[in-house]
Amino acid sequence: MVQLTLPKNSQIKQGKVWEKPQGAKNLAEYKIYRYDPDTGENPRVDTFYVDRDDCGPMVLDGLIWIKNKVDSTLTFRRSCREGICGSCAMNIDGANTLACTKGMDDIKGTVKIYPLPHMPVVKDLVPDLTRFYAQHASIQPYLKTVTAKPEKEWRQSREDRAKLDGLYECILCACCSTSCPSYWWVGDRYLGPAVLLQAYRWLIDSRDEATGERLDDLEDPFRLYRCHTILNCAKTCPKGLNPAKAIAEIKKMMIERQL
Amino acid sequence: MANSKTGVQRPLSPHLQVYRFTTTMLMSIVHRITGGALYFGILLLVGWLLAAASGPEAFDMAQGFFGSWFGILVLLGFSWTLIHHAIGGIRHLVWDTGAGLGPKGREAWGLGTIIGSVVITAALWIGAFVFGLI
Repeated sequence: MVQLTLPKNSQIKQGKVWEKPQGAKNLAEYKIYRYDPDTGENPRVDTFYVDRDDCGPMVLDGLIWIKNKVDSTLTFRRSCREGICGSCAMNIDGANTLACTKGMDDIKGTVKIYPLPHMPVVKDLVPDLTRFYAQHASIQPYLKTVTAKPEKEWRQSREDRAKLDGLYECILCACCSTSCPSYWWVGDRYLGPAVLLQAYRWLIDSRDEATGERLDDLEDPFRLYRCHTILNCAKTCPKGLNPAKAIAEIKKMMIERQL
Repeated sequence: MANSKTGVQRPLSPHLQVYRFTTTMLMSIVHRITGGALYFGILLLVGWLLAAASGPEAFDMAQGFFGSWFGILVLLGFSWTLIHHAIGGIRHLVWDTGAGLGPKGREAWGLGTIIGSVVITAALWIGAFVFGLI
């Protein structure tokens, strides 16, 4: 249900201001959401100062700098540092993106970092993505066929392959789904933009033979039709994809098969 | 909601509190608000029709209200709400075809809805005054 305010245990308290690095001339101020499950205290926002002359240019570089030099308990996910693994998805400067591809220079003033919105927080910037992954599994994101397997690979024309462009690049970072107010309010029943883009990726695949079943599964007032074209998903996608468009295409397929 | 191993209820990360407002987000909300407001706007029309059906005295009273500056202000708001919601409806219809969802299209539709609704409303009322309908 729509709950505009945060529950009591989630309200953010004032945090600690950490010391500025000594002798640093070029500082970046970071305000970072902190939550420690061991204390059970409410989340807080800590202020850190990053020495930019001692640190790489990306927001993630700053986070790693803080973890190495200031507070080693700062917790966040990261891996590839080049926008392909999707681990460091977080809310930076008011929008969801990957910390590794977001430059500090792109942000005016303080770098404000929160975990992906409206998710249960495990610790600091690490959200619990269990439900998100379960929803992805529910759309059966793999090739489904009934005809006999070919001797070699399933073949596809260049034109049919081109239909997957703008879909296959999705790295499931969950930036889009957690930017979507519809997903915030009914995320337990609405699949959300990322999972629906993935669903469309298999619906439109010329080699897949389960299109009807897949559409049956999505034909539901909540799973698909909670998209109200708010378009936060398309705006926030760090890979420049357009989940809203994919959802519109699924809705069209629903209509077309009834004609 | 999942619990951590310590048995502590996990907090919910902030959402509306921290998410930067976008134009498309605003348009979506305004579309809902205008849609809701139209229910009340239609009541004005129903009231006017009821007054017309009840007889000359009631009708004169209704006419008096809608002719007063306050009545005109309410009608002005109602007409803008209706026009804004109608253009929003067209926008959603176009989006349902899969068109206009790109970075330029979605901004243009948002801006176009606001500007279009204000311009059409203004034209409607200026027209009404010029042709002496009010």
